[in-house]
Amino acid sequence: MNILSLFVLIPALMMLGLWIARNVNQVRGGMVTGASALLVLAVGLAVTYLHMRAGGASGEMLFTDSVMWYAPLHICYSVGVDGISVVMLLLSAVIVFTGTFASWKLKPLTKEYFLWFTLLSTGVFGFFITTDLFTMFMFYEVALIPMYLLIGVWGSGRKEYAAMKLTLMLMGGSAFLLIGILGIYYGAGAQTMNILDIARLHIPTAMQHIFFPAVFLGFGVLGALFPFHTWSPDGHASAPTAVSMLHAGVLMKLGGYGCFRIAMYLMPEGLAAWGDFFLVLTTISVVYGAFSAVVQTDLKYINAYSSVSHCGLVLFALQMMTRTSCTGAILQMLSHGLMTALFFALIGMIYGRTHTRDVRQLSGLMKIMPFLSVGYVIAGLANLGLPGLSGFIAEMTVFVGSFEHPDFFHRACTVIATMSIVITAVYILRVVGKILYGTCRNPEHLKLTDATWDERFAVICLIVYVAGLGLAPWWVSDTISFSVAPIVSHLNISCLPL
Amino acid sequence: MNNLSAILFLHAELSLVLLLLIVLLADIFMGPLRRRWLHPVVCVLMVLQVILNLTPDTRELFGGMYINTPFTSIVKSILSAGTLLIFIQCGERIKRKDTEFKQGEFYLLTLSTLLGMFFMVSAGHFLIFYIGLEMASIPMACLVALDKYCHHSAEAGAKFILSSMFSSALLLYGLSLIYGTSGTMYFTDLPALLQGTPLQQFALVMFIAGMGFKMSLVPFHLWTADVYQGAPTGVTAYLSGISKGAAAVALAVILRFVFPAMREDWTLALAILSVVTITVANLMAILQKDMKRFMAFSSISQAGYILLGVLAGTTQGLASLVFYIAVYIVANVAIFAVISTIEQHTDGLTDRDSYRGLYRTNPRLTLIMTLALFSLGGIPPFAGFFSKFFIFAAAFEEGWYLVVFLALLNTIISLYYYLMVVKAMYISEPLTEDGSVAVAPLKSQGGGRLCLLICTLGICLLGVCSFFYEGLFLWASLLG
Repeated sequence: MNILSLFVLIPALMMLGLWIARNVNQVRGGMVTGASALLVLAVGLAVTYLHMRAGGASGEMLFTDSVMWYAPLHICYSVGVDGISVVMLLLSAVIVFTGTFASWKLKPLTKEYFLWFTLLSTGVFGFFITTDLFTMFMFYEVALIPMYLLIGVWGSGRKEYAAMKLTLMLMGGSAFLLIGILGIYYGAGAQTMNILDIARLHIPTAMQHIFFPAVFLGFGVLGALFPFHTWSPDGHASAPTAVSMLHAGVLMKLGGYGCFRIAMYLMPEGLAAWGDFFLVLTTISVVYGAFSAVVQTDLKYINAYSSVSHCGLVLFALQMMTRTSCTGAILQMLSHGLMTALFFALIGMIYGRTHTRDVRQLSGLMKIMPFLSVGYVIAGLANLGLPGLSGFIAEMTVFVGSFEHPDFFHRACTVIATMSIVITAVYILRVVGKILYGTCRNPEHLKLTDATWDERFAVICLIVYVAGLGLAPWWVSDTISFSVAPIVSHLNISCLPL
Repeated sequence: MNNLSAILFLHAELSLVLLLLIVLLADIFMGPLRRRWLHPVVCVLMVLQVILNLTPDTRELFGGMYINTPFTSIVKSILSAGTLLIFIQCGERIKRKDTEFKQGEFYLLTLSTLLGMFFMVSAGHFLIFYIGLEMASIPMACLVALDKYCHHSAEAGAKFILSSMFSSALLLYGLSLIYGTSGTMYFTDLPALLQGTPLQQFALVMFIAGMGFKMSLVPFHLWTADVYQGAPTGVTAYLSGISKGAAAVALAVILRFVFPAMREDWTLALAILSVVTITVANLMAILQKDMKRFMAFSSISQAGYILLGVLAGTTQGLASLVFYIAVYIVANVAIFAVISTIEQHTDGLTDRDSYRGLYRTNPRLTLIMTLALFSLGGIPPFAGFFSKFFIFAAAFEEGWYLVVFLALLNTIISLYYYLMVVKAMYISEPLTEDGSVAVAPLKSQGGGRLCLLICTLGICLLGVCSFFYEGLFLWASLLG
């Protein structure tokens, strides 16, 4: 059996185990075992992948395999990974692992919570391993629907509203996506659903012009593309901690990954026609998200808008279509996934103690809970792009790569988008100063305790990855860059005949 | 083929008639005490009937008035299997004191409507088709009014028979025009003679309108909600799944093979009908508070999706249509089984508010209901996702981009109201005065349990296991 199928099989077994678990300890045991297995598997895959590349394996995808599923529609269960999916799988495994610890004490209905959580991660892993349009879309939807119950049942605040809004908007996106996928399949002559094969065929230009925006918007909704980002702040604010982590950390990356792998890769002429339009939208996302974050007072809303800005940067960099910018986009997905997960984990832990996320009511937390506060500062610095942490590497690559684009309009957009760095510093430092430093004005907060062992473990794990990516980025960026190169050259050949 | 053995090619129908006679005689000669054996006997015989139906070859009888192909035989098997599911589920309900003496009638009437549907699907001549259609409609009215001392049920029966007669009249008018302009009623001869003269177009409109009543498409849907609400829940499940499915298959086969020359006319009509049906029914479903009315509008909108397969009119269209119907029957029967179980144990509660907090008292029933609703809403990995994808692909292949897109947007509306039920069951607080859940923990009995188990398996496996759809596709491609 193909090693990649384990990424779907392990969560499936986990769900079976959770189903028969009789008490909370068994549930936790099952989750930790499964999540660790996934993490080991992902690390093992990354090492093997690098080894095979070093050994001269030159295929676009490695570990490929294909089993016919629905012959009349050429639907296969095809798997395969390149450098981009390997790092995404690694990211997902890290977030699922730390998310398990972040929701260690969650009540009530612990078993059901972890069941839906695992189903969500099944969808995410499945999405990153497949190379078949239908199967990919199926896993994409599997990842979406558990969000409704996870937010609706275990969320806080206006959870019913937020859950419904999020589900319907994302499902709306997937309606666009489905019509786009049908367009790609029939446009390419209804011979195959495999992405790699379709990329070699030519979809009629007229059809690309219709279906490129459908697919790009469909994935763009999940990637928080302006003006379809409104589900994201409400959803993140109401979701329980681990779900926010998984959602901002991994699920939103499905959007960027899909835009790159399906919309752009398969329909380069559509991209040429619509590129400027979406470039404007993504630039607005970047700047608007950052400005919105400045005026928020709820910690989770600040981070949600910050995510809109950073995920906008991913889509923005992809539009630039240079090798450096696309590598930067993938790095940004990775970096944003890790640091946002860290952020949401910390916010969840602070909220669990103070029962408020309002910036105006928090102050002087540094003396009360030093561990969480230092973690928060590190996450904040990573977010605003301090050298040595992951954010710097990613944003640097993105902006340098984007400025390489020779067109004046693209360069102007890059300059505008660069503004977001400054604004990010404003909202991060303002919050850090307000809630962590100074004297504590609320006497209730003085009695609070610092992080427990499970929380410390989750936070340290994530900080190690954030710092690791910042200090030693080369193996990741080389892996990504190697796999981005053929796609970008394919885009530039089909896209710029000049 | 004039020898006697040729009649055996009718074996699906013959075996059903035999089954019908057994039930009739057993009902007459069994004493009231032995009547409890009726239910298991009928169920076992139905299992045999489902299996024996399948034939791999194509036969014609009575000079082409009756055609049996592998495709029609699988359709008949699906219809029988759906009926079997409903029998299994209804066993307990029908044994209740007030309906106990009507057990035989229930099975008898249901089986005769099923026989009618068999003829409808296998018809090679409009007369056979019409006889089948009527046979499937008139006993249905009695079934709807089975609880005749219940005010709603009797009213629903009257409504059903009146609207059914009206639609039959429209249909007959259309058929007479077809006969008048072409001089024949044989499906094999008609395609060459139907060239789309104005009178024939009028006949086509009448035909589609008549079938629209049977399938409860908008704007011919007005009887549906009242009848579904009033009829006994088992009958509603039968009416919404099996009866609708048979009409859709018949419509698809006839439009494709009898009216090929008028393809442009009927595809346009169906495209408009489909979009209008889905949209109106979805918007109406949002407003419903009663679960049975709610499911009525949901089933109208599902009929709109089914129409997309008819609209495609290709092999892919027919295969995905039948697949859709099978998946839809399984999910629908599961939901109605849950509704019926709760209705029986709580003295007739069917409004959505009484489902609030159901997860706390009945987690398993809630889970099955959720899976079935997700399947209807087209959420993977449940079967409904696959059936929706295939039927959209079929319509898309024929170039109906806009129709598919509008139908897709409608899936979001439908997801909204399916999630409203999920929300009531999992998230909302109960509305009762002391905050307790309206439905106490309950145990469903043997039959209901078996039915729910089969349905859950169907919902989870029909999509993932591809051989069922591939078989349908193969048999549909043999139709030519």
